Amino acid sequence: MESHFLLAAEGTTSTSRTLTITLFLVFVAITLAITIWASRQTKTATDFYAGGRQFSGFQNGMAIGGDYMSAASFLGIAGLIALYGYDGFLYSIGFLVAWLVALLLVAEFLRNSGRYTMADVLAFRMRQRPVRTAASVSTIVVSIFYLIAQMVGAGALVSLLLGIKPGQTFLGMDADTAKIATIILVGALMIVYVVVGGMKGTTYVQIVKAFLLMSGALVMTLLVLAHYKFNLSSLLGDAAQQSGKGTAFLEPGLRYGVETAGDAAKTFYSKMDLLSLGIALVLGTAGLPHILTRFYTVPTSRIARKSVLWAIGIIGTFYLFTLALGFGAAALVGGKAITAQDKAGNTAAPQLAQKLGIDYFGGDTGGAVLLAIIAAVAFATILAVVAGLTLASSSSVAHDFYASVIKRGQAGERDEVRVARISAFVIGAIAIVLSIFAQSLNVAFLVALAFAVAASANLPAILYSLFWKRFNTSGALWSIYGGLISAVFLVFFSPVVSGSPTAMFPDSDWHWFPLSNPGIISIPIGFLCGWIGTVISKESDADKYAELEVRSLTGHGAH
Amino acid sequence: MTTETTSTDRYLEVQRSEEFAGLRRKLRNFVFPMTIAFFVWYALYVLLSAYARGFMSVKLVGNINVALLFGLLQFVTTFLIAWYYSRYAARELDPTADKIGGELDDALAGRIRDREAAAGADREATATTATTTESTTTDPEAAK
Repeated sequence: MESHFLLAAEGTTSTSRTLTITLFLVFVAITLAITIWASRQTKTATDFYAGGRQFSGFQNGMAIGGDYMSAASFLGIAGLIALYGYDGFLYSIGFLVAWLVALLLVAEFLRNSGRYTMADVLAFRMRQRPVRTAASVSTIVVSIFYLIAQMVGAGALVSLLLGIKPGQTFLGMDADTAKIATIILVGALMIVYVVVGGMKGTTYVQIVKAFLLMSGALVMTLLVLAHYKFNLSSLLGDAAQQSGKGTAFLEPGLRYGVETAGDAAKTFYSKMDLLSLGIALVLGTAGLPHILTRFYTVPTSRIARKSVLWAIGIIGTFYLFTLALGFGAAALVGGKAITAQDKAGNTAAPQLAQKLGIDYFGGDTGGAVLLAIIAAVAFATILAVVAGLTLASSSSVAHDFYASVIKRGQAGERDEVRVARISAFVIGAIAIVLSIFAQSLNVAFLVALAFAVAASANLPAILYSLFWKRFNTSGALWSIYGGLISAVFLVFFSPVVSGSPTAMFPDSDWHWFPLSNPGIISIPIGFLCGWIGTVISKESDADKYAELEVRSLTGHGAH
Repeated sequence: MTTETTSTDRYLEVQRSEEFAGLRRKLRNFVFPMTIAFFVWYALYVLLSAYARGFMSVKLVGNINVALLFGLLQFVTTFLIAWYYSRYAARELDPTADKIGGELDDALAGRIRDREAAAGADREATATTATTTESTTTDPEAAK
């Protein structure tokens, strides 16, 4: 029974493989056409960085969803729920509630007072060069961590989704070559989207991807629910039973905050880790550079607000689907069949698609078709997210570092955009190389780390900038570097890097920090550093704060 | 230079005005308590997931337990807060923000026109200087 999925019939695998590739190529062709069309419309710096600021609330809401719902959300959460039950749902909740921080405290004010990047707001009333350098460093660190995680994920997925097993070849490539080829292909495409299409092209790619992802998830959710006659309780009951863990599968505690009998310290740290993850998820979102730049693509702060409302609706609905996908995979595919494909459970959603296709759309062919669709959606998801990240980081290099720090604000618009395009190429190339080197390492923690850095370094600086009159250059530098360094430092000495079987370097052990997520320590450090840095410096520009506050609240003088 | 100072003065003036203070108060009195409220509510959920496993595992209807209900309630509250904020902002904040912003636009428009005129004059002056410099630099070239 279990071996039926993905692995079994060679015929099925090759049909769905061909279909996956065909559908993916169709997606690539359509998005490239959009990108080329967008490039014709991209003339000014505002076009390149902010898509001309002409997107509607709904369009930008979809694009935010496209930027935000990464492969980690789609494949990762579905897999976590399928294997560990309830605990996977914790991620969905944290990722959604986080949007209230963006809605209430960040989106509108950022839109009103900035132009292209996060640093526009941070440096508004500060000394430009040091603050923009710091913001640029933290933007690049967050984006590169996130990029590597996504690209290595893409490489790992391709062999699974295309069903290439060790020892087999596909188009003359074995599994390892196929991984590298995928990383290069994904990297090359993201560079093309960003360099050619700028924000306009990238935004349309996000919209198309969000539409495909929502449609795919909706169809699968409806099929799962229909299978259980729309009775959630019987879906949950079946999932619990199939998991072999009984009702514990429907309760928190199988994955996070695990209680180890007789080891009080281990239990304590495990629970602390759960709290730390929870906090980092909620506070990280509003500090992610590729999310922040999305607020600049709309004409006014009102529309920025509207786009966050749409995003909350779209993302919230999607995370409700993940419940059905995860528990559906647990019930219909089964944990054993999932872990046989991928130990981390990342193939739960595609495997569920295949099973649903077999049950509802005429056997093996239907299974192959639905599997192919969902696999292609997964690739589209990864591609769109990496494009968003590359754009955000190259914008920061060009607008913050090149134009303000190197050229001291004297760079021409065309010059700046040219540098942004070159940066996108360079950052993309660096990400490809790093991902190829990291592909055999366990990099799943990089997304959590990106959220932790965003929450510890960027969020304190943004909130202080917008709401604290006394905040100054020193405070901004202290909070960004303090939060950034403490988060990276703690992770380096944590069990995710060394000293545990699932670590990045499982054979060495230099860890002393007991938690995998640094948020619970590094986020308070970021806020505390921002406060200390501010009070030890006499600098305070009441005039500029008046301008920032008036502009951010009223929208006067918004670009 | 003088125009710069006056626009700063305008911002300070607006910032000190009763109307702007009211806008800021209405905004902060909404978003800060609301942020604390949803954060505490979310933290409660995470804490219960970590430390109140017995309570979370109580079954309510069929296989639906307290943990699932609590999780779904986080969705409900997120949607409700988002909807409530947009309604509040549209009713209580946007009209005042538009009024203050509009007045400031009008007030500064005149000054900006002045400044642009001044800048235009500057540019012409610079252009003249540039031409002169150019001619002086090309002169030796021509001499060669």
